[in-house]
Amino acid sequence: MELSQVAEILEAKVLTGSEHLDRVAHAACGSDMMSDVLAFVKDQGILLTGLVNSQVIRTTLMMDMGCVVFVRGKTPSEEMIALAENIGTVIMSTQLTMYESCGRLYLAGLGR
Amino acid sequence: MEQNEKLSFHFDVDGNDFTSAGEASVKVKKLMRQLGFSPELTRRVSIAMYEGEINMVIHANGGVADVYVDEDCLRVVLADEGPGIADIETAMQEGFSTAPDNIRALGFGAGMGLPNMKNYSDEMKIDSIVGQGTTIELKFKVN
Ligand SMILES: Nc1ncnc2c1ncn2[C@@H]1O[C@H](COP(=O)(O)OP(=O)(O)O)[C@@H](O)[C@H]1O
Ligand SMILES: [Mg+2]
Repeated sequence: MELSQVAEILEAKVLTGSEHLDRVAHAACGSDMMSDVLAFVKDQGILLTGLVNSQVIRTTLMMDMGCVVFVRGKTPSEEMIALAENIGTVIMSTQLTMYESCGRLYLAGLGR
Repeated sequence: MEQNEKLSFHFDVDGNDFTSAGEASVKVKKLMRQLGFSPELTRRVSIAMYEGEINMVIHANGGVADVYVDEDCLRVVLADEGPGIADIETAMQEGFSTAPDNIRALGFGAGMGLPNMKNYSDEMKIDSIVGQGTTIELKFKVN
């Protein structure tokens, strides 16, 4: 699924990386624990999270995940956006909850 | 970051600023990409180093990280002067963590860091003296 489609399904605002929306992800991961992301993610290209700090962006870089979706309307700081821009990570923000965000993407076929 | 002649990189890891934790690992990831290492090795090195860097910040008040690039081997050495690890075998167990709740609220402290570092590296050596500090050496075979 292309990231542009992810943004559409989640009614998300793209905060940075709009030039990379043609990137394709085959699966996603929803977690607020970066430790778990570092230990268990394999080839999920998208991280959905309610945690907002710079470690979220760095963790996705380490895991080669090209996109972070902040749920429940959380918005990252300017500093985090600049970091993401610098390393080419797409950041989106949706008003939806973690549960509904994951549910919508799963129903649309992501990771199935 | 200073680059020495034998292609090694040195980083200071600030223990007082959680926000900047992981900066050295980000730089190493970029360097490895530039140097043309495989994405698979780059990912393993960067995850393991990031876990070690985070550990130095949350458990040891910072330290230093050195990366040595040799023809057939890449070495990451993380050294701190923190409290040390009394029981390394226990610390290596999946899920074991002494991280306080405020660290967990930041997304870390699941007790998966050291096991992860072992899994992602080809060789891991921990030297630790209680009250003096911890040095962890990670080795990665190239090719
Ligand atoms: N550099 C370090 N200095 C002192 N103690 C450490 C260090 N790294 C790890 N530890 C100890 O080992 C435990 C396990 O580490 P780890 O597996 O990374 O889990 P976590 O960081 O989530 O607690 C830590 O909770 C801590 O007690
Ligand atoms: Mg850890």
